[in-house]
Amino acid sequence: MPDTPADRVAAATPVRVARKIKGLSDRAIAWIFVAPTIFLLLAINIFPLIWTINLSFTNFKANSPNREIKNVGLRNYERILTDSDIWLNMQATAHFLFWTIFFQVLIGFTLAYLINKKFKGNDLWTTIIVLPMMLSPAVVGNFWKFLYQPQIGLFNYIVAFFTGKEPSSFEMLGSVDLAPWSIVIVDTWMWTPFVMLICLAGLRSIPDYIYEAAEVDRASKLRQFFTITIPMVLPFLMLAVLFRGIENFKMFDLVVQLTGGGPGSTTELTSINLKREAFEKWRTGYASAYAIILFVTVFGLASIYVKALNKVKER
Amino acid sequence: MKTLKLASVSAFSLAAAAASSAQAEDLTLCWAAWDPANALVELSKEFEAQSGHNMSFEFIPWPNFADRMLNELNSGGKLCDLLIGDSQWIGGGAENGHYVKLNDFFDAEGISMSDFADATVYAYSTWPKGTPNYYALPAMGDANGWFYRKDWFEREDIRAAFKDATGRELGEPKTQKELLEIAQFFQGREIDGNTVYGASIFTERGSEGITMGITSALYPWGFKYENTPGSYDMEGAVNSPEAVEALEFYKEFYETATPPGYTNSYMGESLDAFKSGQVAMAMNWFAFFPGLYADPNTGGDKIDFFVNPPQNQAGSTLGGQGISVVAYSDKQDAALEYIKWFAQPDVQAKWWELGGYSAHNSVLNDPGFKDSAPFAGDFLEAMGSVQDFWQEPAYAELLLAMQKRMHDYVVADQGTAKEALDKLVEDWTEVFEDEGKL
Repeated sequence: MPDTPADRVAAATPVRVARKIKGLSDRAIAWIFVAPTIFLLLAINIFPLIWTINLSFTNFKANSPNREIKNVGLRNYERILTDSDIWLNMQATAHFLFWTIFFQVLIGFTLAYLINKKFKGNDLWTTIIVLPMMLSPAVVGNFWKFLYQPQIGLFNYIVAFFTGKEPSSFEMLGSVDLAPWSIVIVDTWMWTPFVMLICLAGLRSIPDYIYEAAEVDRASKLRQFFTITIPMVLPFLMLAVLFRGIENFKMFDLVVQLTGGGPGSTTELTSINLKREAFEKWRTGYASAYAIILFVTVFGLASIYVKALNKVKER
Repeated sequence: MKTLKLASVSAFSLAAAAASSAQAEDLTLCWAAWDPANALVELSKEFEAQSGHNMSFEFIPWPNFADRMLNELNSGGKLCDLLIGDSQWIGGGAENGHYVKLNDFFDAEGISMSDFADATVYAYSTWPKGTPNYYALPAMGDANGWFYRKDWFEREDIRAAFKDATGRELGEPKTQKELLEIAQFFQGREIDGNTVYGASIFTERGSEGITMGITSALYPWGFKYENTPGSYDMEGAVNSPEAVEALEFYKEFYETATPPGYTNSYMGESLDAFKSGQVAMAMNWFAFFPGLYADPNTGGDKIDFFVNPPQNQAGSTLGGQGISVVAYSDKQDAALEYIKWFAQPDVQAKWWELGGYSAHNSVLNDPGFKDSAPFAGDFLEAMGSVQDFWQEPAYAELLLAMQKRMHDYVVADQGTAKEALDKLVEDWTEVFEDEGKL
């Protein structure tokens, strides 16, 4: 056995000291510290997930404790995937996701670009712009519900002013065509500042010397924008899209306050539909299968997206 | 001797006080937050004085009432000792063991269900339907009815305009079609410089609103849930030609005779529309009528009431609730004492006086009842022809399916009435198959 100085130092390290603490090894002590966290993680994340998977193959109803629980195999999954109404809910969710992210990125980036220019009072403007995202979605939903009211709502009067239409001649929340857009407008109003803040962080992270070098090379402003600004902000933008995408896939409170999923089922997003199945109809087994399908969808899409994001960051 | 007497009296008083405080309980009664609940608080003071029990109340706003209370029951919660629950819950309450079965208690205390109106006993108390298995005492009779701006209906200029337009005298409608005709007459009309509308009807999507509104049209057209009661044979009943016609009628009503923006309206919106002078007529539950009559702006001489008009037959949508003892309560004896007290004829009479709708025959059959309030006669008439939604344990699934299909057709204008009802039959069939009843 070699007796190098390193071995001698290693032999005298606190490992031996630690081993002497009440006879516990380092590893045991580490487990003692980590175990409560792992236990909590298992108890509140992993166990419910496994339990939900288990329930998804049954006809269990949480409000009927006396009912016999039967294993129904894949019937819940089959029903969900072949239900045309659920596909309409998915379609409504996709529409909502696409357009909210599109507008939020477009407007958020534009605002960040403008705010990033040094001008008098830009801090004040930043504060004013971020105010909507500080409000509760329930409050925002109610607030906009009044704004959209066809008889007294300010929104209709503003649209009427610009279009010459009668204010009460159109209903944002009651029309099948307009209701999805009414939600897109409110969500965009509320969450564009979030995207703006992330973009602003991205813009401010670009060192000035890169632009100065481009100026020396006589690159035009447009070229600087497309070859410096956009590529360097892109990872930030993608991060904002990821956050907003996951959030909006789960969107519930704002839509419930605004339309309750209506008119008909036009704005019934998957999250609202899932809540109805689970806690209003009490079809627990069916709703568990539904939740698993949504979980796999979000997890799958998010994983692909994160890989793409990492590739962009590596460039 | 005097000292001894004083000591004896004091000791006796202390013992009595100790005995009574040992039996005194803090009872919690759960119900929806609305006008009759306030009347019940007032009424219950008498019970507190008599029994020594202390009454607390948990009143939940209507939109959250079912969610909140059913969660409480499903989780075996001990919040409520007494619950005034919706009629649709009785099946689930009984089968899932949430409610105490009251037969033995009624027998022991001499409380007879024949003392209460048959329709209310059937709807609020029994499970399986119509059998002598009682899980609640009828507490609050209710039905969907109508009220209108009597002052507008009496104005000569409006009456003349109506006669010109329809050839009829303006008055309380005798049929559903007359109801629509009157509502269409008022739609967009200018009265005292304001644009007014026909009527506020129920179109709410989230809980039970549009179903309660539409059944107010379906029942008068002769709608039935099953071809044979108890058979769950719905094809040809739920989607009968009469049901299709009634549904088309309700859609026409919504499109041509309601204020703009009433795409998601229920009790509150109906009251608001009427009280703000927007509509000539409105539908709502009789429970709100005392408050409407007392309103200083649109009540009194300005308002009158009518029963849901018939079409092919008389028919009103049932509201109202029974009072049950919650099976998870630790104070069931005291809760039963409350029910015993509440069932007394004199308490029922006071209940009606305060604004609650008693279902006790001694109140309803009193010769003076019809004249005791401007809506009392209409209430009696309505209760004679009420029908209720499914009261099955799976009622929530059945209700939400109907909410969706009806809102899709009436408000979102998707498909035809026949398609909506056909889909409803499919949905309900699936629910009953899952329940093992088909």
